[in-house]
Amino acid sequence: MGIGNLLARDRVGKTFLTLLALFAVVVSTLNLLVPEASAFHVSTFTVTVAGKYLCYALLALAVDLVWGYCGILSLGHGAFFALGGYAMGMYMMRQIGERGVYGNALLPDFMVFLNWKELPWYWLGFDHFWFASLMVLLVPGLLACLFGWLAFRSRVTGVYLSIITQALTYAFMLAFFRNEMGFGGNNGLTDFKDILGFNLQKDGTRVAIFLLSALFLGLGYITSRFVVESKMGRVVTAVRDAESRTRFIGYKVEHFKLWIFVFSAVLAGIAGALYVPQVGIINPSEFSPLNSLELVIWVAVGGRGTLYGAVLGAILVNYAKTIFTGILPEVWLFALGGLFVAVTLFMPDGLVGVARRLRLGGVR
Amino acid sequence: MSTVRIHDPVTDENDGVASPELDTAHGPILYLEDVTVSFDGFRALNVLSLYIDDGELRCIIGPNGAGKTTMMDVITGKTRPDAGTVFFGQTIDLLKLDEPSIAQAGIGRKFQKPSVFEQLTVFENLELAMHTDKRVWPTLFARLNSTQRDDIEIVMETIGLTAQRQERAGSLSHGQKQWLEIGMLLMQKPKLLLVDEPVAGMTHQETERTAELLLSLAGKHSVVVVEHDMEFVRSIARKVTVLHEGSVLTEGTMDEVQNHPRVIEVYLGD
Ligand SMILES: Nc1ncnc2c1ncn2[C@@H]1O[C@H](COP(=O)(O)OP(=O)(O)OP(=O)(O)O)[C@@H](O)[C@H]1O
Ligand SMILES: [Mg+2]
Repeated sequence: MGIGNLLARDRVGKTFLTLLALFAVVVSTLNLLVPEASAFHVSTFTVTVAGKYLCYALLALAVDLVWGYCGILSLGHGAFFALGGYAMGMYMMRQIGERGVYGNALLPDFMVFLNWKELPWYWLGFDHFWFASLMVLLVPGLLACLFGWLAFRSRVTGVYLSIITQALTYAFMLAFFRNEMGFGGNNGLTDFKDILGFNLQKDGTRVAIFLLSALFLGLGYITSRFVVESKMGRVVTAVRDAESRTRFIGYKVEHFKLWIFVFSAVLAGIAGALYVPQVGIINPSEFSPLNSLELVIWVAVGGRGTLYGAVLGAILVNYAKTIFTGILPEVWLFALGGLFVAVTLFMPDGLVGVARRLRLGGVR
Repeated sequence: MSTVRIHDPVTDENDGVASPELDTAHGPILYLEDVTVSFDGFRALNVLSLYIDDGELRCIIGPNGAGKTTMMDVITGKTRPDAGTVFFGQTIDLLKLDEPSIAQAGIGRKFQKPSVFEQLTVFENLELAMHTDKRVWPTLFARLNSTQRDDIEIVMETIGLTAQRQERAGSLSHGQKQWLEIGMLLMQKPKLLLVDEPVAGMTHQETERTAELLLSLAGKHSVVVVEHDMEFVRSIARKVTVLHEGSVLTEGTMDEVQNHPRVIEVYLGD
């Protein structure tokens, strides 16, 4: 199936991809080519915020695949995102070299501070970008594979599954908080200097990472669309709606769930890896159970089971969050909770559902 | 409606899909021996033994709660019995297989409560049921070839849902859902069909078509039908088994069974 063929039936998706490409080109042009004095100049800060949103959108896409299509309500996807982020963060830590506060070329600052004498084995290889990139895919993927294999094989579903995914990310948070784990404890990994030799403070580097985020969001969307439009997409929908029935026509439900769960975790890991160089820090709070709950709200607000709804929800809710936390930070969590209740009660299909209903009404 | 066009799952078996070797050289296709299932001490199946011959059309009747559905649950892997053996042909031990493996071995089931995939269209429901490689990667890259398309078309015609092909299964009437489920059963090309109350909620005409369809399947396939509608059973039955309190009360032709004193007692008594 060619890409054109694939998107021929996905009009909204085509519009989204076109807008995404346009947005990426316009934002980077306005940053790099328009002088700072001009009213049209887009600040590097804005570029980075936009890039962050794109990473969130990719993460939301991952959640929609498992929840919207396969009915697996994962409340732990933040963990895969954070692991992807840590893998990239470790690479950037190694890039600092002797430019750290302690000037130690062999060890990151926090290890020197802990009086460690040598690099733990699990940091080996992270000097290389290719290795770190591989880990960005492998670590979330393998964790999802192990976790999913255990959970799906014992046929844990519904609320129970959601609760253990929360527990999973919570356990990671606690573990990463510990200094002895060797991931920088409380403070996490930060003070990054450059990536592949490019200075992270430079506009050009920032724009490049922003563009990569847009590219991966686009690719993530197309691959996910391919998956949900394939026969596998129909099988996982069947699993969502009538799991045991799907078994009786000969599908090994566990294998399908596992596949889509792992695929989704890898997408989340990529999102995390693109996110960390843009925000400049990764710490254990990214594993916070609350983060994973938020993702689900993004998808619910946008409209699950549509892919583009997840993207829309991620961008809108995060935009609202940026505005809100600027004005009334203490109210944000209540607003988010209220939003979730309102969406669940009044727009079960999210904004996409509302838009569809309006269009149907308009046609009639 | 015109006469039923029959999809012939046996003659177009050459779709390159391997399933475990079914050996029926020595008669029966299905053996249930001394099968017992208890739910909290209550015996839904009580040392039940039953044999279905290759190509046979068997009707199973019995009062509510006799264990008919539980028997199908055991055969298809939904319920594990406390004791007993269940073999498909000479060699396939069904108690060692999970639900999808049993389905792939060639046992198809229509549920008592119509169960189709409501969010998918009629066409998609049939596509999913289709006998093919159902592992993950082949499913991800699966494309329908023309033979498979034709198969789906023929089955849609057989079940009278060609016009509804793009409709969501959830929007079909009760009777149409029953038919769709029968269609899904045909798409699986099973060697043994277990059909639980196929005509519940069907009109008289639909019931007749169902009878015609099941009769045409027998011979090439083995079919086990559970039904309460006695007129329907009479119209298709060759051999009837009466279940009562989890075991076989008697077996025979419809007339023999209906005149059996214990059967009369069970149905009229209590
Ligand atoms: N999962 C279960 N847990 C407890 N009891 C069960 C369960 N499944 C079935 N039973 C009981 O086992 C007995 C047999 O049930 P079964 O559904 O097999 O009967 P049936 O012959 O199909 O009846 P009907 O004609 O009403 O469909 C019933 O008394 C039922 O209540
Ligand atoms: Mg029953």
